Amino acid sequence: MTGAQMVVEALKQEKVEVIFGYPGGAVLPLYDALYDAEIRHIMPRHEQGGIHAADGYARDTGKTGVCIATSGPGATNLVTGIANAYMDSVPLVALTGQVPLHLIGTDAFQEADITGITMPITKHNYLVKDVKEIPRMIKEAFYIASTGRPGPVLIDFPRDILAAEGFFKYPERVEMRGYKPTYSGHGGQINRAMRVIKEARRPVICAGGGVLISGAQQELLQLSEIAQIPVTNTLMGLGSFPRSHPLSLGMLGMHGTVYANYAVTQSDLFIGVGMRFDDRVTGKLEQFVPGAKVIHIDIDPAEIGKNIPVNVPIVGDIKRVLTQMIKKAQKCDSGEWISRIDQWKQEFPLCYDCAEKELKPQYVIEQISKITGGNAIIATDVGQHQMWTAQYFSFEKPRTIISSGGLGTMGYGLPAAIGAQIGCPDETVFLIAGDGSIQMNSQELATAVFNKLPIKVAIINNRYLGMVRQWQELFYERRYSSTSLEFGPDFVKLAEAYGAVGIRITTAEEVVPALERAMEIKDKPVIMDFLVVSEENVYPMVPPASPIDQILRGGGK
Amino acid sequence: MKHVLAVIVENKPGVLTRVAGLFSRRGFNIDSIAVGETEVPELSRMTILVEGDENTIEQVIKQLNKLVDVVKISNLTNESTVNRELALIKVKAEPHMRAELTQLAETFRAKIVDVSLDSLIVEVTGDVEKLKAFELLLRHFGIQELARTGKISLMRGVKYIKMNGEGRKNG
Repeated sequence: MTGAQMVVEALKQEKVEVIFGYPGGAVLPLYDALYDAEIRHIMPRHEQGGIHAADGYARDTGKTGVCIATSGPGATNLVTGIANAYMDSVPLVALTGQVPLHLIGTDAFQEADITGITMPITKHNYLVKDVKEIPRMIKEAFYIASTGRPGPVLIDFPRDILAAEGFFKYPERVEMRGYKPTYSGHGGQINRAMRVIKEARRPVICAGGGVLISGAQQELLQLSEIAQIPVTNTLMGLGSFPRSHPLSLGMLGMHGTVYANYAVTQSDLFIGVGMRFDDRVTGKLEQFVPGAKVIHIDIDPAEIGKNIPVNVPIVGDIKRVLTQMIKKAQKCDSGEWISRIDQWKQEFPLCYDCAEKELKPQYVIEQISKITGGNAIIATDVGQHQMWTAQYFSFEKPRTIISSGGLGTMGYGLPAAIGAQIGCPDETVFLIAGDGSIQMNSQELATAVFNKLPIKVAIINNRYLGMVRQWQELFYERRYSSTSLEFGPDFVKLAEAYGAVGIRITTAEEVVPALERAMEIKDKPVIMDFLVVSEENVYPMVPPASPIDQILRGGGK
Repeated sequence: MKHVLAVIVENKPGVLTRVAGLFSRRGFNIDSIAVGETEVPELSRMTILVEGDENTIEQVIKQLNKLVDVVKISNLTNESTVNRELALIKVKAEPHMRAELTQLAETFRAKIVDVSLDSLIVEVTGDVEKLKAFELLLRHFGIQELARTGKISLMRGVKYIKMNGEGRKNG
């Protein structure tokens, strides 16, 4: 069996159903082996599209995403996608071609030191130097990518190794003395946590992406309801707690709800669950949860105490830890606190001004939320539209937000939506994009059309790089340096050029009919070009490096 | 404050790069790093001197632990340890100065390992302070070249780092 056949066989053993890959010289042997394999292969139009698609697939299915790229530029085109998956803890295995072993280090054609380049942005990576190592390395790669705190793993295959002959035996178990994640929470710490929770009067749970990765949404709901603790979400954690639940506070942080930020700041107990105290969540660190004890539950011990001091650290898998906690949970004396929060909800709801005949971005997203009943997978790009989505789409179910949180990668959305739709063919997949972001990977419309994916693309078109423009407006005296996109393409024609459906929406009345029409199209993508007002801002907003209860509320009613 | 970490790693290519890369990426400062094989040939031991407060060191240890090739980390800072570093120093030495240098070397239990017409190489072993003191003295004669190994440490007494024990490791 050749090295390339071993790779294919190993992928079958790992039950890989779909690969997102782009061929090239160094991976020719691998593509030859794939020609006969019964694994679905999706070819994007750019390697970056391939890896973001694998990422979107991994986020909505929970399975490990797999992508392939050739050596040199193919491999370096994966870099953004790898960093993106690393920041958001997405399980990915990236397979790259490399120049033959004897040419490594000679600056050969299409040579790049991809293991060196990706060392700081992978959970682990490998350069295969002997065909015999292939089965073990692939086994380890899938194990490392998908266990503990998930993340991307890259394996670099020199072309001659892919062509070399060897004996294939797939290992049944993985034995790595240097990698042993902790899953169960420490009993003593859990008891301490439960004592602290019982004494709390103003507790808040902040649920992050770790809850979704662990599949712990039921446990989260139970703990919150039994103990009567309100729940706020990070961007990555949206969908881990139903937004329509009376105890939901929506998102916190820079563009979080006023009531979430007030509640967190005035809490006497902050329970961080599978979240990492990112600066977009905490604002000015020194004034974050000034009067609260902190319980932090995470599978990655390095996250605990990294940004803020923690009173009760619990390392473990969220689902297991919450299950351990539920057994001992009692109702907190939080009635007064919850009614205070309810008052804030009344007083400071999410809102925006809307004059007649204006097409507002928030309205578009509200309508998408309404027409889907929150029952859709929502991919986003990065910027204002992403924050409006986080605010105005009612995320009810886990694994429904597919969004680049940590790295903030413009151009992520379209390929990620493709991966998400391939992973969940029966679900409605929306992409909410900006007119800036969509242009960063719009070539993937070809992939979506070719694969007959009925993705509903809503371009929130304000003819600006809106979020940067907003910062220029607020902090740089409206000096709109290089943020205008007035010379954008005609997105309707672009859609049609690719064989997709294009619809332009210029007024509020047209929004619902356009969405209804889009919902009926089942065999191709629909691009809806929403020409919204151009200088709308995302509010609430906490200015950078301010405490999160110092909020710009904008001109909302 | 300076901390001493003994880091047991897989003896594989690229591991030093992973460790060093992690320090630069996270903004930690390495004072010195000494690497060599251990009594178990598949494992290497890195002795890393790192500057930082308690929180920084805790982060350093946790981040190092996340590297798949790192098997075990021991913080030797507050342990009773034997510490050694070796330096080779080429110092200017006209023939009439050799006697004085030889005497100095003896005081520091250093060895003269090479002699040429107008210089000699001194080998000195000891803890960091001793090496510093010796270096300062030799400066008066004129140091032409100096190479140091970085510090290595072992715990005194019955304690030792078990290579195959259950090191605390987390993903």
